[in-house]
Amino acid sequence: MRGLPASLVLASLLAAGPVAAGEWVRLPGGEFQSVLRYEDTGGKVAVAPFELQRRPVTNAEYAAFLRGQPDWRRDRVPSLFADQGYLQRWAGPLEPGPEAQPAQPVVEVSWFAAQAYCEARGARLPTWDEWEYAAAADETRVDARADPAWRERILAWYSVPSGRALPEVGRSPANVHGVQDLHGLVWEWVDDYAAMLVSADNRDQGDPDLRKFCGAGALSMDDRENYAVMMRVAMLSALQARDTTRNLGFRCARDVAEGDRP
Amino acid sequence: MSRLASLLLTTLLCLAAPLVAQAAPLPPDSAYLLEDTYTDQAGQDFLLTDGRGQPRLVAMFYTSCRYICPLIIDSAKGVERALEPEERQRLGILLVSLDPDRDDVAALKSVFDKRRLDAERWTLARTEAAAVRRLAAVLGVRYRPLADGEFNHTSALVLLDADGRVLARTERLGAVPDPEFLAAVKASLADSMTRN
Repeated sequence: MRGLPASLVLASLLAAGPVAAGEWVRLPGGEFQSVLRYEDTGGKVAVAPFELQRRPVTNAEYAAFLRGQPDWRRDRVPSLFADQGYLQRWAGPLEPGPEAQPAQPVVEVSWFAAQAYCEARGARLPTWDEWEYAAAADETRVDARADPAWRERILAWYSVPSGRALPEVGRSPANVHGVQDLHGLVWEWVDDYAAMLVSADNRDQGDPDLRKFCGAGALSMDDRENYAVMMRVAMLSALQARDTTRNLGFRCARDVAEGDRP
Repeated sequence: MSRLASLLLTTLLCLAAPLVAQAAPLPPDSAYLLEDTYTDQAGQDFLLTDGRGQPRLVAMFYTSCRYICPLIIDSAKGVERALEPEERQRLGILLVSLDPDRDDVAALKSVFDKRRLDAERWTLARTEAAAVRRLAAVLGVRYRPLADGEFNHTSALVLLDADGRVLARTERLGAVPDPEFLAAVKASLADSMTRN
């Protein structure tokens, strides 16, 4: 076989860098300062290496899942696992239709449904720490959060009226890890959304026998500048697992096998 | 119809009745739609739906918990004590661990024995982490592992009816049961008695 010109080989190697590496992106993890400052951690969390889907799950991908797992069709899903709004804007139980274009992120899915989708793919939902860690990056920095310009940019999304049609996935620039659409497209479920105990110190409320929370671990969020992330926390922590909303989608994560780590 | 035919028919119906009851689909809001496998303190695997047919108290706990979790067992015992003996016989009590990493069968068995629980009615169980989150979501229990190995968690006793639907829940724990919750337990036991 005739050899390819060296310049072409080089170009294709460059193109195959982190951005073109497929559906999953590997993130190195490490110690991370979360916006959630729990009493016991001070906000310092250790994020193990993990893989994250480059983009949120789309309507087309979700439709393929439903063909294999028809129990999750909107006309069959038990009310235990999804509220009335589940996939309501789809044209039919298996057809996303004009209101839910194939490349738009799937929304109106419950936590149970998102969890089932990821499990069916041998994956899981990301934890909040993983999501927040991935979303702290911009195009060039692993942690861009201290930069006021970065914060402004993210906040601008929240001023876009939510009634507008959702953009397609993959239109935003990839961050330094190669992940797209963490900001500016949809809210995303995390596996442990129910762990985000945002309420003030529950141990101080009323009769100690009636107290709701056991143990230490009161939460404060002292990074008051980081409104964008705090809005996510507030929204996620207010949800029930069967809830669906028009701006809430998800993506999957998976562990990196011990021997596979750098 | 001849007497023989009617006898045959009656026999058939009697034979068929339990099968029909067994096969009836679960209500769409039944917690028993969770299909995860659990393991009890004796090492036996079971499904939540195996408990179908009688009301059941369900709560979440973990064995290394110092304060609230013993209180959860006390609270369930408090409900039991407030029941008449014939009611007590028909109420199952299931406590599921939030801590599957550390709560193996031996840990469950140790608490089971220490608290002198009755294996006729009580089950301490574990399941995998994703299944724990699913059950917690259904029961409305929120929890977070703490840096020191404890958990920060809401505590609730939840009453499921014979088909696994949530009938009542209380976060008022203690040896003296929440009166409204106790009333719901008694009503569900009376209801399942008339059905059976």
